[in-house]
Amino acid sequence: MTRVVVDPVTRIEGHLRIEAEVDGGRVRDAWSSATMFRGIEIILQDRDPRDAWVFTQRICGVCTTVHAIASIRAVENAIGARPPPNARILRNLIMAAQAVQDHVVHFYHLHALDWVDVVSALQADPAKTSTLAQSISDWMLSSSKYFAGVKARLKAFVDQGQLGPFANAYWGHPAYKLPPEANLLAVAHYLEALDWQREFIQMHAVLGGKNPHLQSFLVGGMATPVDPDKQASINAGTLARMRKLVAKGQEFVSKVYIPDLFAIASFYKDWAGHGRGVGNYLAYGEFPEGDGDQPTLFVPAGVVRNADLTKLERFDPARITESVKHSWYDYVGGDDLPLHPSKGETRPHYTGPKPPYERLDTGAKYSWLKSPRYDGEPMEVGPLARTLVAYASGRPRQKQLVDAALAKLGVGPPALFSTLGRVAARGIETQLLVEKMGDWIDELADSIGRGDLRIHDNEKWDPKTWPQEAYGAGFHEAPRGALGHWVHVKDGRIANYQCVVPSTWNGGPRDASNKRGPYEAALIDTPVADATQPVEILRTVHSFDPCMACGVHVVDAAKREIARVRVV
Amino acid sequence: MTTSPGWLGRELESRGVTRRDFITFCSAMAGVLALPRSASGAIAAALEKAQKPILVWLEFQDCAGNTESFLRSSRPTVADIVLETLSVDYHETIMAAAGRRAEEALRGVVQKKRGQYIAVVEGSIPTGADGGYCTIGGRSAQQIAAEVCGGAAATIAIGTCAAFGGLPAAAPNPTAALSVADAVPAAKNVINLPACPANAENLTALITYYLTFKRWPPLDADGRPLFAYGKSIHDNCERRAHFDAGQYVENWGDEGHRSGYCLYKMGCKGPVAFQNCPVVRWNDGTNWPIGCGHPCVGCSERAFWDRMTPFYQHLPGVPGFGVASDIDKAGAVLAIGTAVAFAGHGLVQLGRRTLFKKVVVRGDPGEKAKKPHERKEGVAP
Repeated sequence: MTRVVVDPVTRIEGHLRIEAEVDGGRVRDAWSSATMFRGIEIILQDRDPRDAWVFTQRICGVCTTVHAIASIRAVENAIGARPPPNARILRNLIMAAQAVQDHVVHFYHLHALDWVDVVSALQADPAKTSTLAQSISDWMLSSSKYFAGVKARLKAFVDQGQLGPFANAYWGHPAYKLPPEANLLAVAHYLEALDWQREFIQMHAVLGGKNPHLQSFLVGGMATPVDPDKQASINAGTLARMRKLVAKGQEFVSKVYIPDLFAIASFYKDWAGHGRGVGNYLAYGEFPEGDGDQPTLFVPAGVVRNADLTKLERFDPARITESVKHSWYDYVGGDDLPLHPSKGETRPHYTGPKPPYERLDTGAKYSWLKSPRYDGEPMEVGPLARTLVAYASGRPRQKQLVDAALAKLGVGPPALFSTLGRVAARGIETQLLVEKMGDWIDELADSIGRGDLRIHDNEKWDPKTWPQEAYGAGFHEAPRGALGHWVHVKDGRIANYQCVVPSTWNGGPRDASNKRGPYEAALIDTPVADATQPVEILRTVHSFDPCMACGVHVVDAAKREIARVRVV
Repeated sequence: MTTSPGWLGRELESRGVTRRDFITFCSAMAGVLALPRSASGAIAAALEKAQKPILVWLEFQDCAGNTESFLRSSRPTVADIVLETLSVDYHETIMAAAGRRAEEALRGVVQKKRGQYIAVVEGSIPTGADGGYCTIGGRSAQQIAAEVCGGAAATIAIGTCAAFGGLPAAAPNPTAALSVADAVPAAKNVINLPACPANAENLTALITYYLTFKRWPPLDADGRPLFAYGKSIHDNCERRAHFDAGQYVENWGDEGHRSGYCLYKMGCKGPVAFQNCPVVRWNDGTNWPIGCGHPCVGCSERAFWDRMTPFYQHLPGVPGFGVASDIDKAGAVLAIGTAVAFAGHGLVQLGRRTLFKKVVVRGDPGEKAKKPHERKEGVAP
């Protein structure tokens, strides 16, 4: 048995440590540990609930919209504010733009280097790369001259002897399977995607003033006025700019991202047999297509258990619990009893080794993440969960995209429950959303055209209009999966605030019954050719798109005195 | 910071960047740096002769928002080259290597390039739980920061968390989080680039300034470069005329809101926030928060999470007034209101021009932990 420690896990958001036992070239057991804590819920205690979204948004600067959305929904739910249709459409556009941009960045900048050998690209023949590119897509940048330029740029970079962020990686590792031409193609698109994401996310600046950390959300609506006759509002010019950005987004996704995904996946089909994980999938659903309490959701909610796509269960928030048996928190009633987030009590209590340390005691508490469970079972959340739930619920477009992907790779539906399945589902979802965005722009234009200029429920802005005490929950499908915020409002202030987030669902440690979390379960049996260069571990962990800062902050504000640490 | 001179010129040429593009970029940088256009020639000459600096980017109690901002740096082609060609030898969010290999890369820089590299720090540094609130590779944030920033030629504290403690240090500061300057007193040349996140254009401009003038820029009393933080949002705001004319947004979505009136009554902190947002804007100059209809939250200021909240409560001491009011008198009232707001927090020296030489003000690191409920009183002292 060899103990492999990967810390820091890089190309993620936040701080993640993986410890694994490797024997006979396979992972036999694994432990996932989040190693950073801030205590944002403690900080939220006693503040104005209308401010909460600005605070929670800073949980993550990568998925920079998601904790703002969940927060405003939770507070709206508590105080009874009803955002008007324009606000709903603006939010849908913001959320979809976030998911599309985030997924492309994940594929090229966070995950690709696990599959693409940058140094091997130096051996590529630009003419053959051009032939390959033109065989998979009619994207315009595909001439041999273009690829020769990229290769020369890469060569100049390598020849300088300062590899910067590409230094010291696992280049030349036998697990890299792409021919040099495919590697060069991917490097070219890595660079193109850097420019593309920067431009596409202007959508957020149009609708939110800036990205990261958009600044146009409001409890009860949006701060972005709409008026066809005003320069300072969303008007025909703004809508035209948005359409142009969406059109360019659709082109890049359909002509670069998706063809690359399938081209690369075709060399790594064995990864459809690795990284299965817990086999349970949970989605809260997203993108309301109407107003009121039970709107139709473009991406449906539901639960799939034991990888059985013939049975779809309704999602019931009452079945969520969290365990702290292996997390650096204490429960008053003992760590063996998991609690629902609305009654959650979490008090940080670090009992890990004093840094610097070599090893965590994984038999005891070993992570700042808690362990969320649904009916006591670990659940995977994220693009794969959403895609499987939509597939099981028979949504035609999702079903069509999934079946086409399986046919293209020549694999059956069981291949979905894997590391490769997660990568493919993320691409499928990106395509689904980027092609939907145009419909929402049309809907917004129609609404404005009919003379509806409402963006906010002013009736509930003044705290004097709120109940003296109220509870609310806000649900959202973030790029990385199901996200929920719970708020308790009392006398116009926050009495308690809780978040249960995607990377807690996926990356949490073992629970009170010693059941592994999804990262840990997915790593079991992952092949590791060389324990000193565990690129295979990165492949499976990255397939979840970890976002650790999101995960580590759930604290019962009411117990904060115990948590307070004074600076001496 | 080695390699032969003229690397940038060769880089640009090899990447198909024309001389004209380059000069355009230098002019734009001169604009961000608030230098006369004629300075662009000097910037171009300096950049072409500059030597390739090494940069290591550390993330502690962060959200990666500043990293993402860095990826959004506008004027993409050339700015990207200038940054990319800095040789970013350590940056967890983008680097290919992981685990031990990543740590080796960092150790290599710290040991072999002592006193020569630039450190960028994102996120605050927790000092509670014996360092257990943030560890990387088994070492605490404070241990890593002490080693890396202690050996750096300069440390850029990017974002409000690194610059001032930011969100983790907001009351009651549960993890005893500190700014870089407070957590690593030995760090030399700490430059604060606060804002949540910092605007990438200001990072680009700061580095360009250094490469051009071989020194770091003058800073204000909060350690911020004057070229980016020397004027208030209010002074440069495109809606200032509406403020002066007494035209305010009264309700979200009302006629005034749709017409782009002043957001002061909705809680705008522009009068007490110092940054160049209105001029540089965000995401390729697309927009900025006030431009999209939301008040400024004052994110470039020390302890803004406590001092600027509740965000939707308007600043004290600035009465509403109409066109007929005496503008000078109104301006004087505003100045008093602003001064009062700052005086209460010991920030009256904001405008003082201080030449670069360790000017970062060290507040009492325990202050926030000792005054957990200052925020209840709102912005007013």
